[in-house]
Amino acid sequence: MEWDWNVVASVTPSLLNGLIVTVQATIVGAVLAYVLGLVIAILKMSGNKAVAFITYWSSEFIRRTPLLVQLYFLFYVLPDFGIFLSPFVAGVIGLGLHFSTYTSEVYRAGIENVPKGQWEAARSLNYSAYHTWRFVILPQAIPPMFPPLANYLITMFKETPLLSAITVVELFNAANIYSNSHYKYLEPMTLVGLFFLLVSIPAAMIALKIENKYKPLN
Amino acid sequence: MKNIIEFKDVSKYFGSLKVLDGLNLEVGAGEKLALIGPSGSGKTTILRILMTLETIESGLITVEGKPLWHEKVNETLVPASEAHLQKMRQIIGMVFQQFNLFPHLTALSNIEQPQILVRKVTKEEAREKAANLMDLVGLEDKKDHYPHQLSGGQQQRVAIARALAMDPKIMLFDEVTSALDPELVDEVLSVLKKIATTTDTTMLTVTHEMNFAREFADRILFFDKGQIVEQGLPEGIFTNPKEPRTRGFLKKYITGLT
Ligand SMILES: Nc1ncnc2c1ncn2[C@@H]1O[C@H](COP(=O)(O)OP(=O)(O)O)[C@@H](O)[C@H]1O
Ligand SMILES: [Mg+2]
Repeated sequence: MEWDWNVVASVTPSLLNGLIVTVQATIVGAVLAYVLGLVIAILKMSGNKAVAFITYWSSEFIRRTPLLVQLYFLFYVLPDFGIFLSPFVAGVIGLGLHFSTYTSEVYRAGIENVPKGQWEAARSLNYSAYHTWRFVILPQAIPPMFPPLANYLITMFKETPLLSAITVVELFNAANIYSNSHYKYLEPMTLVGLFFLLVSIPAAMIALKIENKYKPLN
Repeated sequence: MKNIIEFKDVSKYFGSLKVLDGLNLEVGAGEKLALIGPSGSGKTTILRILMTLETIESGLITVEGKPLWHEKVNETLVPASEAHLQKMRQIIGMVFQQFNLFPHLTALSNIEQPQILVRKVTKEEAREKAANLMDLVGLEDKKDHYPHQLSGGQQQRVAIARALAMDPKIMLFDEVTSALDPELVDEVLSVLKKIATTTDTTMLTVTHEMNFAREFADRILFFDKGQIVEQGLPEGIFTNPKEPRTRGFLKKYITGLT
C-alpha cells in the first residue's frame, strides 16, 4: 500500500465541503441541544406532576436509545406519517434532540448544586422569587455549566459521521463516497481523521480554558 | 415591656417527629435571649420558623402583634400568603451557622445588594451604609474581598453586617460561631455584644458558648425535646439551675457545677 498524493489532491476539495457540512450540523445541532435542553430542564422541574413525569420519561427514552436509530426514525419513518425532512434537517434535529437530554442534566445539576443555604439567605433577606433567581441562583449556577456544555459540543462534533446513515454528505460521508467509487481508502480516511483532529484538538484546548476559567469558587 | 414575639401552643412536626411540643414563649421588645440545650432539641427550628423558613402545624405565632404564619381574611385566620410573609420578613433578619454569603459578590456588594433590591434605597445610600457596617464589624479594609478570600470569622462578620443593613427589629443568630476555628470565635462574639449594647434590636441567639450567653443575654432559655425546660436570668441558670436536665447539660460546660 503506497501513500498517493494524487488521491489527496483529488479528494481534498470534497472533504472540505464535507467538513463545512459537519461544522454546520454541529453548530445548529448544538444550539438546538442547548435550547431544547433548557426547555426539558424547566419542564422536568415543573410543579405540574404530569408534565414533569412525561418529560422525564421521554427524555430518558431518547437518552437510552441510540442516536442512529433516532436518525433513521426521523428520516425513514416520519415520511410514512407524511412528514418529510431533508437529510440535513433530520440530522440536526436528531443530534439536537438526542443531546438536549444531556444538556438538560447539565442545567439541572448546575441549579441543584447551588447550596440550599443560598436560597435560605435570599429568603431571609426578603428577596422576591425573581430576584433570587436573577441575582443569587443563576449567577452561581451558570458558570459551572459552561465546561460540560462545551464538552458536549465536541462530542456532538465527533458523532456527526452518524448523519452519513441518512445520506448527509458530511466529512466522513464525503470520504466514503470517494473511496467507494475510486477503491481508495487509505488517503481519504486518514484525511478524515486528520480533519477531525485539526478541529477537535483546538476545541478541546478552548474547552480546557473554559473549564479553568469557570472553576467554582471556594 | 411590650412583647414583640409570642408563641402560643406551637407544635412543629417533621413527618412523624414532633420537634416542637406545644411551645409557649414571649419575648419583650429589645430583649436579648440565649437559647441553649442539647443538639436536636429544636432550637434551630424555632429560629427557622421565625425566619419563615419552616412552617408550623398548630398554634399561633405573633410578631409585633400580627400573626406570622397566618393572616386574617374575613375575621378568620388562614395560612399566610407569600405577600403576607414578605411583609413580616421585613421585621426579621437571620445569621446562619454556615454564613451563606453570596460567593459571587464582594463583601461590600453582599451588604449593598439586598438594600437596593429589597429596601429600594439608592446605590449611594446602600454603599454608604454598607461601608459603615463594614467599619462596625471591623472589616473596613476588606470591602472588595470575595467571601472565599476571607476567614470564617470575617465571613461571619460580613453576614452579620448584611443582616443589619436591612434594619430588622428582630435578629436571629443560629450558632454563628460553631463553624469557626476556636481562635476566630471571639471576634464574632464581640460584634454580637456590640450590637446588643448599642442597639435596641431584639436578639435571639442559639449558642454553645456559655460564657458569652451569660454576658450577652437578659434571659436564658434551656431547651430539651422541643420544650422549654427552664428559663431565667443568666445568674440563676448558670450558678443554680433548678431542673436536673439543665444541670446535667450545663455540667459539660461549666466547671464547678455539680
Ligand atoms: N428538615 C428536617 N427534616 C427532618 N427532620 C429535621 C429537619 N430539620 C431538623 N430536623 C430534626 O428536628 C429536630 C430538631 O432539630 P433542630 O431544631 O435543628 O435542633 P437543634 O438546633 O436544637 O440542634 C432534630 O431531631 C432534627 O433531626
Ligand atoms: Mg441547631
